[in-house]
Amino acid sequence: MAMLKAAVGKTGPKEEMALLLKQMMSIRAFEDKVFELLARAVLKGASHVYAGEEAVAVGAMAAIGKKDLITSTHRGHGHCVARGGVLKLMLAELCGKETGYCRGRGGSMHIADVHAGNLGATGIVAGNIPVGTGAALACKMKKEGQVVLCFFGDGASNNGTFHESLNMAGVWKLPIVYICENNLYGMSVAVKRCCTVENIADRASAYDMDGVIVDGQHVLDVQATVAEAVEKARAGKGPTLVEAKTYRYRGHSSSDPRVYRTKEEEKYWQERDPIKIFRQLLAEKKVMTEKELDAVQAEVDAEMVAAENFALNESPYPAPEALFDDVYAGWRQGKYGLEKLA
Amino acid sequence: MSVKFYREAIRDAIAEEMRRDPRVFVMGEDVAVYGGAYSATKGLLEEFGEERIRDTAISEAAIAGAAVGAAMAGMRPVAEIMYFDFMTIAMDQFVNQGGKNRYMFGGKTTVPMVLRTEGGAGRCIAAQHSQSLEAWFCHAPGVFVVMPSTPYDAKGLLKTCIRDDNPVLFVEHKMLYGEKGEVPDEEYTIPLGQAAVRRTGKDVTIIGYSRMALRCEEAAKKLAEQGIDAEVIDLRCLQPLDTKCILESVKKTGRVVLTSEAPQNANFVCEIAQRITEHAFDYLDAPVVRVCAADTPVPMSPTLEDECIPTTAKIIAAAKVVLGKA
Repeated sequence: MAMLKAAVGKTGPKEEMALLLKQMMSIRAFEDKVFELLARAVLKGASHVYAGEEAVAVGAMAAIGKKDLITSTHRGHGHCVARGGVLKLMLAELCGKETGYCRGRGGSMHIADVHAGNLGATGIVAGNIPVGTGAALACKMKKEGQVVLCFFGDGASNNGTFHESLNMAGVWKLPIVYICENNLYGMSVAVKRCCTVENIADRASAYDMDGVIVDGQHVLDVQATVAEAVEKARAGKGPTLVEAKTYRYRGHSSSDPRVYRTKEEEKYWQERDPIKIFRQLLAEKKVMTEKELDAVQAEVDAEMVAAENFALNESPYPAPEALFDDVYAGWRQGKYGLEKLA
Repeated sequence: MSVKFYREAIRDAIAEEMRRDPRVFVMGEDVAVYGGAYSATKGLLEEFGEERIRDTAISEAAIAGAAVGAAMAGMRPVAEIMYFDFMTIAMDQFVNQGGKNRYMFGGKTTVPMVLRTEGGAGRCIAAQHSQSLEAWFCHAPGVFVVMPSTPYDAKGLLKTCIRDDNPVLFVEHKMLYGEKGEVPDEEYTIPLGQAAVRRTGKDVTIIGYSRMALRCEEAAKKLAEQGIDAEVIDLRCLQPLDTKCILESVKKTGRVVLTSEAPQNANFVCEIAQRITEHAFDYLDAPVVRVCAADTPVPMSPTLEDECIPTTAKIIAAAKVVLGKA
């Protein structure tokens, strides 16, 4: 059986703690803005927001280095921010603007920043688990000490690719940490209604790897848990499945009335808000004063205002004639079909 | 020049590229110790070792997806899916992730991978081991589809595919592994998107790919004995497609027979017929005719399998129809 990781409660240097807090606040501010823009129909397309789960992405990403890689999910804005994503480039992408991370071609479900080690989000649930596993195979073969963090949700762990991939990683002892963000629902279906195990981490035992459960509302617990798994992966000791227990505040998407869960349950989780918990911890341990904590929030708010202005007002849409750009590397669409570029 | 089997040409292409580029590696079901279900990777394990020649579990989706991820992270995987029919299981990973990531990410990644597989009928192994699913993949922007018919093409094209920065579906044919052909001893590659004119002629253009290209040539030889001068085009690549080569031939002959081992309905050759209509309609002297497999699952029984898949005789008959000599 998977073990619940003990709470850390020990804080690190002030600058590091401030950065973790800022990233969590940035994700929340971004998601609140996205939800507002969707409601006002300013934003088109589908967005799955990460509000409530901030401590998972931020804690996990704080456990890896610049050269490491991640794969993300349809609920991927948080991963992008935590991996160093810039709010204005992210919002521009969601708006379908040329200035976005993917030049407006991908939008919310396909945010990627490959040069920063974010191999991208995917619209297919569990779709990136094999991709992350392959990236880990590349890391192992290249011998440059890289590891991969592969994010997915509880729903993805019922998909065949989860089992194929963990088996592959277990057999080959790949340098990868699988991070299951268990937010209790796959769209509307509760884990307990569709999953044979209560703890997704228990599935690790079938694949010769450790399964660890962590409270996903505590950023430092997540960081410590993932750091241990990363260290093991880097040392060639193989993969780990980390399950972070968490909750998404909003529905699956903006059109979800949330009939499958109770107000009491939502209230319970909102009282365990990851940002509130971390703020309190930093104040209690006297790492930061209330004034300093407020200043971080003010900084985030200002960046969000600038990001909105950049995305909505300062950024152009892609030119229609650029439709065929980048379908293929080194080829373009010609009169008679594809033509090789010189 | 040396005479080589199709399967040897494939193995040689992989071996040469692995010697040239340390990023190239092989993975798939039974590719290492066994040497591939059709022996196309035989001997590679002995030369390159198990780090670069990897036997996997029976996990088609993970094989294809891991190739995508490894490619994005800097390797050049050559993964094998044992039967074309099993691509159905790997399809999401190859098409939805591999084929689209570059576009969806605004051109900021490349996915340099080859997925080798083999298709086609001829061994009485029925409906789940005999399919030709190429049309599905030609319908997926972002991937290439390459289907060589000779050892020469198999080697030259596979080397090009391994060096290309796009995800390629490289489809071999189970009845061609034992075919022999001349292959240069020196290094060579064949560009993607160039068809081969196997035989020049002025009366009718017969177009095929993979095993059907050989039957087209056979048909042309027999037609020549009857005084009909057929031009035969082997497409070699379906995507990118050499439309210009097709149009030039059509403009010369004015009559076209399209062949394919895939079922007739929504066959890839329908796209060729459409391109001919768009760009060379005025040159046509007769409606374009297609000779495809029957719209049935491929049956096991040899009499039914032969009835299902286009034969040389059916291609000859079709040529006579377009020439008004039926």
